[in-house]
Amino acid sequence: MTAVPAPKAAQGSSILLTFLQARTYVALILVFGYFAIMAPNFLSVANTVIVAKHAALTALLAIGMTFVIITGGIDLSVGSTVGLTGMVSGWLILYGIDPGLGWSIQFNTVEIALLVMCVGMFVGWINGILVTKLNVAPFIATLGMLYIARGVALLSSGGRTFPNLSGNPEYGSHTFPMIGAGTFLGLPILIWMLIVVGLIAAYIAKRTPLGRHIYAVGGNERGAALSGVKVDRVKIFVYMFSGFCAALVGLIIASQLKASHPATGEMFELNAIAAAVLGGTSLSGGRGKISGTIVGAFVISILVDGLVMMGVSSFWQTVIKGLVIVAAVVIDQAQSKLQARVALQQEAAAGR
Amino acid sequence: MTEAHPIGLSIRGGVKVYPGTRALKGVDFDLRMGAVNVLVGENGAGKSTLMKLIAGVEEMTEGVITMNGREMHFRDKADAVAAGIGIVFQELNLFPNLSVAENIFIGHERTRAGIDIDTDTQREEARKLMERLEQPIDPDTILGTLRIGQQQIVEIAKALALEAKILILDEPTSALSAAEVEVLFRVIDELKAQGVGIVYISHRLEELIRVGDYITVLRDGTITGARSMEGVDIPWIVQAMIGSSSKEYGRTEVTEFGPEIFRAEDITLPRTGGGYTVDHVSLSIRAGEIVGLYGLMGAGRSEFLECVMAQHPHSTGKFWVEGKPLVERDVPGRIARGIALIPEDRKRDGLIQIMAIRENLTLSSLPAFTKLFHLNLKQEAERARDFIKRLTIKVASPENPVSSLSGGNQQKVVIGKALMTGPKVLLMDEPSRGIDIGAKAEVFRTMRRLAAEGLGILFVTSDLDEVLALSDRIIVMAQGRVTGEFPAGTDAAQVISATTPNAQVPKEAAE
Repeated sequence: MTAVPAPKAAQGSSILLTFLQARTYVALILVFGYFAIMAPNFLSVANTVIVAKHAALTALLAIGMTFVIITGGIDLSVGSTVGLTGMVSGWLILYGIDPGLGWSIQFNTVEIALLVMCVGMFVGWINGILVTKLNVAPFIATLGMLYIARGVALLSSGGRTFPNLSGNPEYGSHTFPMIGAGTFLGLPILIWMLIVVGLIAAYIAKRTPLGRHIYAVGGNERGAALSGVKVDRVKIFVYMFSGFCAALVGLIIASQLKASHPATGEMFELNAIAAAVLGGTSLSGGRGKISGTIVGAFVISILVDGLVMMGVSSFWQTVIKGLVIVAAVVIDQAQSKLQARVALQQEAAAGR
Repeated sequence: MTEAHPIGLSIRGGVKVYPGTRALKGVDFDLRMGAVNVLVGENGAGKSTLMKLIAGVEEMTEGVITMNGREMHFRDKADAVAAGIGIVFQELNLFPNLSVAENIFIGHERTRAGIDIDTDTQREEARKLMERLEQPIDPDTILGTLRIGQQQIVEIAKALALEAKILILDEPTSALSAAEVEVLFRVIDELKAQGVGIVYISHRLEELIRVGDYITVLRDGTITGARSMEGVDIPWIVQAMIGSSSKEYGRTEVTEFGPEIFRAEDITLPRTGGGYTVDHVSLSIRAGEIVGLYGLMGAGRSEFLECVMAQHPHSTGKFWVEGKPLVERDVPGRIARGIALIPEDRKRDGLIQIMAIRENLTLSSLPAFTKLFHLNLKQEAERARDFIKRLTIKVASPENPVSSLSGGNQQKVVIGKALMTGPKVLLMDEPSRGIDIGAKAEVFRTMRRLAAEGLGILFVTSDLDEVLALSDRIIVMAQGRVTGEFPAGTDAAQVISATTPNAQVPKEAAE
């Protein structure tokens, strides 16, 4: 799983292997370098911030998606969850909660954020229950949720946009636009959110039993269950975490635009999957890294924004994005094969 | 007699090598036409491998197959079918969601103009085959709804539909009732009269003596006896099967066993379609004792172990560990109470192939390295290294994926994972399957050492040698029930006879 010290016999393949393992970073450097030279203004501060903000949204979704994919599942509902949670934020700011008694409960920004995160995790929890207790294939369960969440989002406003989400100082919700626009120590708050979520996710993956169990479930579900892993709990967790990440993105977008539109987040799930796959996450489960996913998200965002700046037609952008993803998977397969061979050589060299 | 039964197919110097093992070591085998050639041997002796070579399922590593003086090369099953060879596999190769007729003609559908499947003809022919096998099965029945015995009949019908000149039956009766076996024997007699050469593999020795004309005994990939059936009796077969075995893993000194450490009472596991896979099994193990659970395939031994490990929510019965009832309903709970299972299928159940050796070793005992939620990686790596040393697992680095190891070393990783949980009772399902002799001996030595340290060990095996040599007590299971319990040093024939009790008649013949 990690880079291994190479015995002399396998030196050649080991160098190649190290190169392949670092391929996402290589891709990042290549894409970045290419646009830095070819696209005017690409390196300007303003543009860098824009690209980073775009990338952060994809990366947040992709982090949640990575855990789901590592367990061998998929979460197609994240884009719709972004839309739904955006609408929930808008509703809470404009109307609060009305228990139907002639008065309503209003919330401050932190409370709104927490409630919206709960909504996201609730959507994920339903996904998890469908996948585990009711035995629905993840693809189908989350495809259903894709439509349900989107439908509920549209119903909430009758398809209209919730405008002017500037909040109300009386209720303490006037700071809501800060989520998307504010900065802390010179960095946008949403970048801080990515850093925090990324660090927590990487920590979970590497240094907690939960993380180990996520990989084990994806590697061999039966084997994991027989080893005492609570497979259902692990799966419910990953879907809830994915829902949580989607809620963050929903909040950020609503805050950035100071408005929430029910169609927000369409196709986001595909970008998230693409970023995870580009970062080396295997769709068959058991393999993947949070750091890889984040880099993958940046590669995709830089690619898209760079092509826009160079004035490449959006039709070509789509084709190029597709090519990059396919190439990533092909290289990934080559790496797995090589990795297995190197490990076998090592075992052989050690005299079995 | 030889003139009456010409040799239809022969193998000379047949060798088959699988990665890590030599399944056949230079086998000479003659198949006589118009007769029943029976083949016996323990599990893993190479019977099924030999038949797979003849049926073209596997290619021979060395050696030649000749039919009527011509050398044959079966590259795949279609080649063998073209040469008139049909096979009924031990495991059912059927499609549960297709109808009986569709199953019988799968791969050689009756068609009009090579495109349109002629359903009427298929149905008609399937009906005739079922009549011949005296089964009231409608050809349109969906196969999955039949009980296992009837499915086996369909499998036989599938081979008959090929009108093969040579028909291989690999344990065809394992799921059949006595009445169905009689029908099968009548069909075999018919086929013999038509000059078909039949190879018949079974563990039921009485059955072999009754139906066979020639017998071939395999042991560890070599033939230890081949003769005409005249004058053959059960002691002769047993002798040829297990040889004058040396008890190399035997206990050196007599030790005192501790108190009872594990008890199972009245464990039942219902089978879909009626009956029980595990039928009211009760047994107990004392600390320091190695109990061998012997039986044929499908006797319910693995399922029993799975019941202990909470894999079957529908099972009933009670377990006790160290005198206290085992009430935990899930795997982590049972592991915490000191139960550890080493599953039969390493690949499927035992290991996470793509994870590192270290990660596999510690997977069941992560709480031991965890504070709140923080995993102490250093402590974990130390513990993994410690177990690698203790079990002499040969690895280049504990960070390599476990799939890079040989079978024996993989098995040691599984054992290490189980031991790291600090078990009191160790359940081992076929611990020596698929590993070479050297690794086997090491696994057995480890078992001895663990027992001496006070663990109770219950191990399932299909290897008679192994169960006789290693067990302090032998429990035999057949058709889900315990059919015999023997102390160490029991005669092999007694143990074998317990595996095939004739008590199967009343249950199934009643239908």
